[in-house]
Order: sequence, then structure tokens, then C-alpha cells
Amino acid sequence: MTQALDVRDVHASRGAVEVLRGVTIDVAPGEICMLMGTSGSGKTTMLRAIAALGSFDSGSIVVDGFALAPGPVPPESKLKVLRRSVGMVFQSQSLFEHLSVLDNVTLALVHALGWTREKAETEATALLTTLGVAHRMAAFPRQLSGGEAQRVAIARALAPDPTLLLLDEPTSALDPARRSSLGEVLRGLAAEGHALLISTHDVDFAEAFADRVAVLAKGVVVEEGSPRDILSESTHADVRALLRSPSNEPPR
Amino acid sequence: MSSFVLGACSPANGAHAPLRWGGDAEGGAPFVEADPADPAKVRGFDVEIAQMIGHDLHRDPLFVQVAWASIEASVERADFSIGMSGVEDRPELRARHAVSIPYFEFREVLAVRFADSARYRTLADLAGKRVATLGGTGAYQMLLDAQPHGGPIPISYDDDVHPYSDLVAGRVDAVLLDNIIADRSLRRTGGFFIQRVPVETGSYVAVLAARDTALRDSVNAILRARMRDGSLEKTFRAWHVWDTTQTAYFARVLDDSARARAAGAIASVRTVRSYLPALLRAAGITLLLSCLAMVLAVGVGIAVAAGRVYGSPLVRAPLAVYVEIIRGTPVLLQLFVLYYGLSGFVRLPAFVAAVLGLGLNYAAYESEIYRAALQAIPRTQLEAGRTLGLSEAQILRLVRGPQALRLALAPMTNDFVALLKDSSLVSVITVVELTKQTAIYATNVGSWVVPGILCSLIYLALSLPLSRLARALEKKWSSV
Repeated sequence: MTQALDVRDVHASRGAVEVLRGVTIDVAPGEICMLMGTSGSGKTTMLRAIAALGSFDSGSIVVDGFALAPGPVPPESKLKVLRRSVGMVFQSQSLFEHLSVLDNVTLALVHALGWTREKAETEATALLTTLGVAHRMAAFPRQLSGGEAQRVAIARALAPDPTLLLLDEPTSALDPARRSSLGEVLRGLAAEGHALLISTHDVDFAEAFADRVAVLAKGVVVEEGSPRDILSESTHADVRALLRSPSNEPPR
Repeated sequence: MSSFVLGACSPANGAHAPLRWGGDAEGGAPFVEADPADPAKVRGFDVEIAQMIGHDLHRDPLFVQVAWASIEASVERADFSIGMSGVEDRPELRARHAVSIPYFEFREVLAVRFADSARYRTLADLAGKRVATLGGTGAYQMLLDAQPHGGPIPISYDDDVHPYSDLVAGRVDAVLLDNIIADRSLRRTGGFFIQRVPVETGSYVAVLAARDTALRDSVNAILRARMRDGSLEKTFRAWHVWDTTQTAYFARVLDDSARARAAGAIASVRTVRSYLPALLRAAGITLLLSCLAMVLAVGVGIAVAAGRVYGSPLVRAPLAVYVEIIRGTPVLLQLFVLYYGLSGFVRLPAFVAAVLGLGLNYAAYESEIYRAALQAIPRTQLEAGRTLGLSEAQILRLVRGPQALRLALAPMTNDFVALLKDSSLVSVITVVELTKQTAIYATNVGSWVVPGILCSLIYLALSLPLSRLARALEKKWSSV
């Protein structure tokens, strides 16, 4: 089976610091893979390299058959194919403040894919309905709650129907009830065949919704496997450190 | 005789083209002033002389308003054919331009406070004292020449009203100017003494472009004829400048002083209605000028800001130089350079030069606003656009630009209101806008009170709606 994402031995540095020191990871269509690690472990750097927002020095990144070359990020004109294959949900959501929820979701369909406004609005309405935020269609981003903004950001990233969806710390602004509701939504997306790579340090969320977990520490994947194997049984020091980190301490 | 001269020259010149002549109505009576009966027209002895010249040349005289200090530069760049507004004959004028024969002889007289009338009789009495005059005049040159030899300290003014008010207020010790200006100030404000013995005599001439010697010769012939037949004397008598003895002159001044002031106050109220249409027309010029300049400033400003944010170093460097030069030099200087400095290469009409000068000046400030606004948009907004597959141009147009515009709106409105007021500077390049028209009006009625209030009200009426509109837009955008 061809992978939606295939990352091999990727090294990346930011300034004098080598943040990624040979990361290898893959995600299959229909699979939810969670990239775990404490702050500074390199999760966000990895996601940004895959989304061609940050450079990497060596190794290979192949998304849905499109190979990104090491070195500086290429100009947008060379990334058309990648942009169609990868959607990204930012930790801060980064919704377009001057556009309504509906316009946030239709923007790429109309301007990047050249759809008519009617067709784009039909598609966006369907997506927002699936994600349970269709009633907020006319609202502007600053009027949304954290959970609503998260769903609108997912709808915006999903609109061009990417093979691979990247989510950076999607649970950071959500209370436990909303985390599990978000998890259900992500499950549904995987069931439709999307590949999901999610960075998180939320152990409960990973145990409940990940198909596979990769633990990143000091720029390398130290453990990889099913959530149960890794999160309850690992004896690896870095994994234990992750479990002890403040946001994962019971009770929540 | 005059008809013989005309027969010789006017058919060759294209007989019926209007005769454009320039003067400064802000200089006021008796030279050139707005006609209180019809402020769109001018009157004064220079106006009547222009009418005589026009009549004898079979050409309709057409008045062009120009700042007094710019008459020589404007005549050389062909804004008009003849400059006449109390222009003083002096050697440098003759060296650079074609100059007519003198048509009026005046005396440079010293004005002093009553208490000093016995002490300060000549320039020599004023050694080391402050003596005021109008910049760029023969009197100023005389003071400059006398200074190194233990003479007075010259104080230069841009108008001929403040030297006298400062004399009365004690800021200067004497004023050296034409007896005509001194006489007028005495009638208008009073409170000082004019020494009878003139310091020097001088004369008024018409100035023409150096190449216009044929027209100059015709003007000379006309002036001689008019001197001979008595019509010039009649005009000067009509304007009360044909004084023969200094004794009679002083007596008449004291007599006129009180009456002129009372009449001036009544006239200023009565003439509001007759001046209002002229002020409103001038306000229209101010508004049109400001709007066109702002459109230019916004367009160029956006282009410069985009170039500085997105361009290569090769693009950024010249744009940065442009912005720094514009911001680092006075807009007045830029207007002078654009209008007079470039007149050898490109002769811009005054209004076009005004729009270009103000527009390109404000463009530099606008570009800095837009640049700051563009840079204030968070990087993740741009990255979100990229991950959605938008091109850089689309991100600028759909994401970064619209958000930056909202940030830029308040400072932009401030700038437009400032531009509305800065547009008054273009009067230095002969455009008569609201402030200049007000100054002409004020000189005419001899008071700034009523014209000043009217002018302020019009400026407020123009700028207040703008500020309100901007506040409404900001409120709308911040509430969503």
C-alpha cells in the first residue's frame, strides 16, 4: 500500500541548533498517527517541514507521491501539487479575521482551485455541517469560541480535499469534553480515507484516538507503535518524561 | 503716436490673444487688490496700467495671481507675459529679464515710533538697531549693503504688514520700505511716524521674460504715450499716490488714518456676502486638489510599500532613498523645485505641479503607513494562505492587503485631513486655493478677523465629515 506520507531520515536545524536529527515516519491513508513529545522535541518543526513552511537539510519527504527536496523552501509556484495534497491546521487556528466563516472555507476553492462561488459555497456548507458549525457560517472568527474556531480551521484545511491533514496541537485550547468530540470528528475524517498526522503532548487524547503513536525526543523518534504499547508499557525515559509533563498529570 | 506703434507690432503678434499679466493681489491696494464690488476681479493702479497696455495692444488683459516673490521666476517660465505689482527696478532685474521704463518713482522712507522720531532720522542714526523690511526688495538690499559698515541689523519679512505692527509693538526699531507701502500701513494701522526725508528713491517697472524684448518695446511706447497724455497721472491721482510735497503727504495721512480704519471694519461685514462665492470656489479648488493628490499618494504609496516589503534589494534601495529624501526635506522646497526648478525641462501647469508635488510628498508618508501595516499582519496568516494553495499575489490581495488596510485606515484619514490643510502651501506656485483667497480677501478688507473665521469654518466643514467617516468605518470593522 502506498503511503500518504513517507518521511525518511530528515535532519533540520534552526540557527545553530539541529532540531531534527534523522526522523523517519510514515502515515497511511485512513490512519491517525500522533507525533508526541514535550515542548522543544521537534514536533512543530517536523510538521512545518512537511507543509513546506520550513526547510530541512537532508533526508526525504514524500507526500502522496510528491517529493520535497532538502534545502530552502521552494517558491509557491513549484509547490502547486503539494499544496493540493496537504492541509494544515495551525495551533492558533490562524483564521482570516476579515472574512466570515463561510468565506474562510471557500477562499481556497474559489481562488486556488477556480471553482464558481455557488459550487464552493455548497461544498463549504456541507463541510461545516459535517463538523457541526454550519450555524456559525455568517460569523467572523473573533466571535467564535475556541472549539468552534478549531472546527472552522479544520473545515478550511479540508475544503480542497487534501490526502494528508496536519494538525498542530489541536487540543491545546479545548476542555476534555470538546477534546473527545474533536477526536470523533478526526476518526470520521480517517474513515473517509484521509491520512492524519497530529502533533500533541496530550496522552489521554492519543490513547483514545490514535491508530499509531510516534514519540519524538531530542529530534529523533525514540519509540513507535500502538498507543497502548507505548503509553502504558514503555520503559523509555523520554516517554516516561512525557507522561509526567504538567498537562498530563491526573486528575483533569 | 500710440496707434502708430500698435499698427507696427500687434498684427504680427496675433492681435487678439489675451494679454496675460501677473501680479500679487495679496500685495493689496494701491498696486493690485481684489475688487470689493466683485472679488473675482482685481483693481489698483497696476491693474489700470495693465488695462492701458492691453487696450493699446488690442488684447484683453487677463490677470494671473502669483506670489510677489515669484513674479520674476513665473514670467520667465511664461505663466504670463508681463509682471507688474510694485516690481522695483534694480540692476539684477535688468541683468536677468526684459524690463520696461520706470512708470512710477517712489521713495524709500523710514518709519519709526513717535518717541523716536527725533532720534532716528537716517540709516546712520540706526547703527546696530533692528530695521525691518520686505525680503527681496531694494530696501532689503540697501540694509544688507549698509550692515558691514556699522549700519542697522536688517530683519526680513515675507509680507508688508508685520514689519509695521512689530514696529509699533517694539520688536523692531524702524521699517524701511516704499513710501506707498508705508503710507498704506499708516492709514491702515497707524501708531508710527514716517520720516520726511527719503533714504533713497526707486521706481516701479514692468518685468518681462528676457526673450520678450519686442513686447517690452511696445510696452515702453505705450507707457511714454500715456505719460504724455496725462492718463497715467490721472490713475495715480485716483489711487492717491500722486503726492508732490512731503508736508502735504504727512498731513493727509494723519487725516485719513482714523477714517480708513472705521470704514474698513464696516466694509468687512458688508463684503462677506460678496466674498463668499470666491471663497467657496477656492474651497472647491482646495478639495479637488487634495482629493487628486490623495489618490496619487495612496496609489504610489501602495506601490512603494509593496516594493519595499516584497521587492529585491535592488528595488528596495531606491524606494527607501525616495522615502527618506521626501520625508527629510520641506514640502515647500519640493514644490519650488517641481515648479520652478524643473521648468527648464518640463513646464508643468501650476495645478498639475501642485497635485504632483503634494501627491508624491504624501505618497512617501502613506508608503510608511502601509509598510508598517503589512508587516503587522501575523506570519501565520500568510502561512495559512500558502498551505491553502494561494499564490503570493493572491495572499497579498485577499489576506494581507485587506487586513493591512483596516490597520492603515486611521492614520490614512489623519493624513488626508493634514493634506487638506497642507494644500494651502501650493499658493507659492501661483495656485489660488482657499487660504490664498482668504489672504487676498483679508488684505482687501484690512482685517483677518472675518476672513479668518470664514476660512476656518470652510476647512472644518471639509475635514469634519472625513474624520467622522473614518471613525464610523473603524467602528464597523472592529465590531465584527
